[in-house]
Amino acid sequence: MTVLEQSGSSRDFGHRNTEQWPAPPPAWRPRVDPAPLLPGAEPRRVLGTDAAGRLDAAFLTDLYERLVRGRRYNTQATALTRQGRLAVYPSSTGQEACQIAAALALKEQDWLFPSYRDTLAAVARGLDPVQALTLLRGDWHTGYDPHEHRIAPLCTPLATQLPHAVGLAHAARLKGDDVVALALVGDGGTSEGDFHEALNFAAVWQAPVVFLVQNNGFAISVPLEKQSAAPSLAHKAVGYGMPGHLVDGNDAPAVHEVLTEAVERARRGGGPTLVEAITYRIEAHTNADDATRYRTDSAVQEWRAHDPISLVERELEARGLLTQKFTGAVREGAEEMAADLRARMNQDPVLDPMDLFTHVYAEQTSQLREQAARLRAELEAETNAAPHGEPNAEGTAQEDRP
Amino acid sequence: MTPTVVETGRKPASMAQALNRALRDAMAEDPSVHVMGEDVGALGGVFRITDGLTEEFGEDRCRDTPLAEAGILGTAVGMAMYGLRPVVEMQFDAFAYPAFEQLISHVARMRNRTRGAMPLPLTIRVPYGGGIGGVEHHSDSSEAYYLATPGLHVLTPATVADAYGMLRAAIASDDPVVFLEPKRLYWAKDDWSPENPTPVAPIGRAEIRRPGRSATLITYGPSVPVCLEAAEAATAEGWDLEVLDLRSLMPFDDETVCAAVRRTGRAVVVHEANGFGGPGGEIAARITERCFHHLEAPVLRVAGLDIPYPPPMLERHHLPGVDRILDTVARLQWEAGWTEGSGD
Ligand SMILES: Cc1ncc(C[n+]2csc(CCOP(=O)(O)OP(=O)(O)O)c2C)c(N)n1
Repeated sequence: MTVLEQSGSSRDFGHRNTEQWPAPPPAWRPRVDPAPLLPGAEPRRVLGTDAAGRLDAAFLTDLYERLVRGRRYNTQATALTRQGRLAVYPSSTGQEACQIAAALALKEQDWLFPSYRDTLAAVARGLDPVQALTLLRGDWHTGYDPHEHRIAPLCTPLATQLPHAVGLAHAARLKGDDVVALALVGDGGTSEGDFHEALNFAAVWQAPVVFLVQNNGFAISVPLEKQSAAPSLAHKAVGYGMPGHLVDGNDAPAVHEVLTEAVERARRGGGPTLVEAITYRIEAHTNADDATRYRTDSAVQEWRAHDPISLVERELEARGLLTQKFTGAVREGAEEMAADLRARMNQDPVLDPMDLFTHVYAEQTSQLREQAARLRAELEAETNAAPHGEPNAEGTAQEDRP
Repeated sequence: MTPTVVETGRKPASMAQALNRALRDAMAEDPSVHVMGEDVGALGGVFRITDGLTEEFGEDRCRDTPLAEAGILGTAVGMAMYGLRPVVEMQFDAFAYPAFEQLISHVARMRNRTRGAMPLPLTIRVPYGGGIGGVEHHSDSSEAYYLATPGLHVLTPATVADAYGMLRAAIASDDPVVFLEPKRLYWAKDDWSPENPTPVAPIGRAEIRRPGRSATLITYGPSVPVCLEAAEAATAEGWDLEVLDLRSLMPFDDETVCAAVRRTGRAVVVHEANGFGGPGGEIAARITERCFHHLEAPVLRVAGLDIPYPPPMLERHHLPGVDRILDTVARLQWEAGWTEGSGD
């Protein structure tokens, strides 16, 4: 017997007398009309729609060139893992449009907060391709000065860079600087507490920050449906009080448009935005991952047909811009970039083990000075034992993944 | 070795296989054992420790969770409150940190807070340590954080037989266990029979892996094979080193450790966690307190450098290796002339 049955649900205890049963106080009501915050039913697209006609030809050809180079970068870096030059590489093949178009939505003074898969976003911001790979090569954790291009370190612990982006954007606004932070995260990362805390802080503080979720379908092996039961990841925005947008992550002009709008909105003081770009991880999680254990090839094939590079190619073709001369030059440029990357990555980095102690504290502690002295003695003993200066080579293992 | 393999039916098995078998056997024997974590299902875990468990026991028993360590451990607390025995996998040492709030504020002290009414029988498996060329945040030795938290058992196997036996014991324990798996030993093989697993010493007991008379190397987890190698190399110097594998850092086996130190009169603690504030300091202090009059020399330590885990190309300078152990052992031979600062 249920409680209702027990008490006799049909009996009238005066439930309908609204004066005796006043409504909850108005504070209960939603403070903002959620409707304008909700994402549309379909991801925004530009290519293949009338909106594509507005696109500037120079913008399109530049984007195309960057996408082709980005793809080539991915294949070259993957090849470097096979040669043992990189410990690991999380390929972004298929996701080039998200990363490149998003980074291009930023102005020079803005900041990018990438995760480990976002080397292309960093390179699109002007970072040297080799510097973007040192984390994965293993010679140093961050191969660049974050201030130089305003790129935070490529972040390995998931979603933990998102609160940093909020804090930096907030600080910049307090100082009166015109700075927007763009933070990148994967679909899996949206489950972490840090993601939720970052969104909440951003919305409450109205920080000039944009969150871009690259939803590539998987967190290593776990598909989106096991990650979130939300209608979409963009829908999560409304709960924090910021707009959420869905965009076709393989449509570079669409990503660029949505991100530019969000960045501009933040710049004007309109507060944060959450953007979910729908894309697909064509390769395995990293070269060390076995994707056959958790997915079949058919989805991969479907997504290959919606490839970010061929989408732009189609638009260029429709405009008569896809000449052999142009594509040849683009391909040649990409090959040159790859050859340069290969050549520089095939040089052994010159490492000084004494560097291990240099940047632990601003001022070295007595403990570290002592350990440094001991290591120096060990290194000297090693050099004396190997008079030909042979480094005590120790290959890096391949089993690992970030 | 080869003839005994044939006689006993033992075959080379890796620590990863033994751990997988331990989970499988625990789940088969006790329906309240539930495995969960990131990628533990179809993928079988990034190290394949949970390989095949979802296939065999279904998704309810071996579950891929959303990617959220605090959520994984926090829900495991609730599951344990309701009578299940969760076994959670933290994918890598440094990715367990988001779960520390749950671990320290709840897992470790629920029994105590509830005057014993609500014990939490759960196992937290953490692949830990370096030496596999992992990029940053993939090689931490986080045992000191766990040891600083009363209420947790902290175990770490170094052999294939122990991997099986200790994980079974951890899952059977009525207290929370942080089960640290030395990831560079995952692929190390040993002769071992899953059909007839070797009985291992109970948790809380240390084991002498190599007897010796000159000095005792006190170590655990990934440093055990390194110490055994050092002990072999030391014979060339005429030193007969004993290697003691702690197996369990909490509870700590004072008895076996003290008996060994009293026998040899010299002790070196070896681990790859940072030396300053690391487990070695606690161990050295305990030995000094209990065995002072038996010591021929101060207890020395060989530990990782006091730096954040270095990038892979430099990690060999951080990890305690055979040379560093032997250099330290050599310093034990001095009968006099100890100066300040030489005892670390
Ligand atoms: C806090 C934390 N937990 C676990 C991991 C291990 N890990 C690395 S990548 C990954 C999957 C991430 O998936 P997603 O966020 O979708 O990004 P993607 O790799 O698809 O770009 C996991 C679980 C980690 N890096 N950080």
